[in-house]
Amino acid sequence: MATATIAGADVTVDEEGFMTEFSEWSEDIGSALAGQIGIDLSDAHWKVLNFVREDFQAQGETPTLRRVSKVGGVPTKELFQLFPKKPAKKMSYIAGVPKPHGCV
Amino acid sequence: MKRLLILGAGTAGTMVANKLRPRLDERDWNITIVDQDETHYYQPGFLFLPFGGYSRADLEKPKRAFMPKGVNLIMGEIDLIEPEDNQVKLVDGTTLPYDYLVIATGTSPRPDETPGLDSDEWYKSVFDFYTIDGAEALAKKLETWEGGRLAINVIEMPIKCPVAPLEFIFLAEAYFAERGMSDQVELVYVTPLPGAFTKPVAARYLGEMLQERKIGLEADYMLEQVDTENSKLISYDEREVEYDLLVTIPVNMGADFVDRSGLGDELNHVPVDKHNFLSDAHDNIFAIGDAAALPTSKAGSVAHFAVDVFTENFLDYIEGLPMRGEFDGHANCFIESGRGKGMLIDFNYDTEPLPGKYPLPGVGPFSLLMETEANHWGKVMFKWMYWNILLPGRELPLPALMSMAGKIPEKVG
Ligand SMILES: Cc1cc2nc3c(=O)[nH]c(=O)nc-3n(C[C@H](O)[C@H](O)[C@H](O)COP(=O)(O)OP(=O)(O)OC[C@H]3O[C@@H](n4cnc5c(N)ncnc54)[C@H](O)[C@@H]3O)c2cc1C
Repeated sequence: MATATIAGADVTVDEEGFMTEFSEWSEDIGSALAGQIGIDLSDAHWKVLNFVREDFQAQGETPTLRRVSKVGGVPTKELFQLFPKKPAKKMSYIAGVPKPHGCV
Repeated sequence: MKRLLILGAGTAGTMVANKLRPRLDERDWNITIVDQDETHYYQPGFLFLPFGGYSRADLEKPKRAFMPKGVNLIMGEIDLIEPEDNQVKLVDGTTLPYDYLVIATGTSPRPDETPGLDSDEWYKSVFDFYTIDGAEALAKKLETWEGGRLAINVIEMPIKCPVAPLEFIFLAEAYFAERGMSDQVELVYVTPLPGAFTKPVAARYLGEMLQERKIGLEADYMLEQVDTENSKLISYDEREVEYDLLVTIPVNMGADFVDRSGLGDELNHVPVDKHNFLSDAHDNIFAIGDAAALPTSKAGSVAHFAVDVFTENFLDYIEGLPMRGEFDGHANCFIESGRGKGMLIDFNYDTEPLPGKYPLPGVGPFSLLMETEANHWGKVMFKWMYWNILLPGRELPLPALMSMAGKIPEKVG
C-alpha cells in the first residue's frame, strides 16, 4: 500500500492506484481520479458512480457491469460510452472501490 | 416429523441426500428431493463429446439409481419458493412444506441472453457444448467441417467449470492436428477476462500454452451481439471478431424460480455465507453447488468439498449448535490439454493455483500446473469416481479444505 495525494487529500492506494479506504473518498477526489484517466464527469457519470458506491456499501463488494445495468438501471452499452473500453475497471477506480473480482 | 427438502437432484443435491440420509433417523426426518429431469448427465463429459471421445449414452444415467432408500424423489418443475410460509410450489400445483430447504438447482447456459445467439444459425454455425444437445450437434458439425476460423467465446463470468473453454480449445487444436488440418484451421479464444484465466499465476501458464499452440487471444472482450448474417462477434466497444465456426459459452444463470422467489442476485444465484452456505435472507434455507453465489469456481469438485463441510454443519445446526465447519472455497480441477495430457489446479478463496505436487494416497502425486499424462488419466478416472464414489456419497481420500502440502508459493514481488 502507498499513499497518494489526490485533490489535496492524502489517500491510501494499492499498486495499481485503486483507493483502498472507502471512507477516504470524496466527490472532489472522484473528479480528480476521473481527470487522471481522461474522463470529464457529467450527471450521467455521477448516477453510475453513486450507484457503485451505494451498492458497495450495502453488499460489501464492487458491483459487476451486469449488476450496474440490471439493478442500477444504466444499460451496458451506455456504461461503455461513459467509461470507454474498460468500464468495470474505470468505474471502480473513480468511485474509490476495489476492482470487481467478478470472476473465478 | 421434520422435513428436509432438497431442490435439484444434480451433483450437489444427490450428494446431500446420500450423505444425510444415513445420519438422520428415518423416524424423525423426512427427506424429499425434487428435479424436473429423470436423467443425470455427467457434465464434464460434454467437453469430450464434440471430439468423438464419448457418446450420449456414456454420459447419462437415471437419477433414481443414485437415490438412497428412504429419500422421496419427486419429478416436477419447481415454480416458487415461499420462504415466509416455509413451502415450495411446483408447476403442477403440488405444495411441498419444509423445515429446512437446500437449493441445489445449479446454473445453466442461456443463449437467449445475448442478441444473435437465439437465431437460425444456432447449431448450424454457432454452437455451445455446455448442454448435451449442443455437444452432440457440434460433434456432427466437426466431423465434416473443412476448416476456417474457429472462435471460442466466453460471454460473461461466472460460468460453471471456468477452465472448460480453455480445455475445449486445447482439445480442438490437438484434434485438428491429428486430422492433418492444422493449416486450414485458425483458433482464437475470445474472453471478457484480461488474460487466459482468472487467477494470475495460472493465467500466465495457460497463456503460454495458448501461445505455444499458436492460438489467438482476444482479451477484455465484452460481447454485445453476434451478427450471424456476417459471421462476426461485436463487442460493446465495437471490436469485431470474424468466425467461420463459433463455439460459445452462453451467459450462465441460476434457475428462474430463484429470481421469482426473491432469493437470487442478478444472475439468479443465491447469496449465502461463503463459509457455511446459509442464505443471507433466511435461517432455514441453504444453497449449495452451482446455485450458490460464492467467490470460487462453480465445479463438481467444489460441490463435493462443500457438501462434506455442509453435512457435518447441518447435523449441528438442527440441534441448535453453532456451525463449526468453515468452507474455504476449495477447488480442484483437472485441465485437459490435448494429446493425452492434462494439468491439475488446486486453490481456494485465498490461495490461487500454484505449481508443485498434489499428494494423493494410492494414485498420486499429481503435478500441479504442469502437463503430464498422469493428469490426463486423473481426468479420465474422474468419471468412474463421479458415478461410483462421489454421487453415492462415499468417502474419497481427499481433504475438503485446501492444503499447502507440495505447493511452491511464488515469491512476492
Ligand atoms: C462442459 C462442462 C465441463 C465440466 N467439467 C468439470 C470438471 O472437469 N470438473 C468438475 O469438477 N466440474 C466440471 N463441470 C461442472 C459440474 O458439472 C457442475 O459444477 C456440477 O454438476 C454442479 O452441480 P450442481 O448440483 O450444483 O448442479 P447440477 O448438477 O447442474 O444440478 C442441478 C439440477 O437442478 C435441476 N433443476 C434446475 N432447475 C430446476 C427446476 N426449476 N425444477 C426442477 N429441477 C430443476 C436440474 O434438472 C439438475 O438436475 C463441468 C460442467 C460442464 C458444463
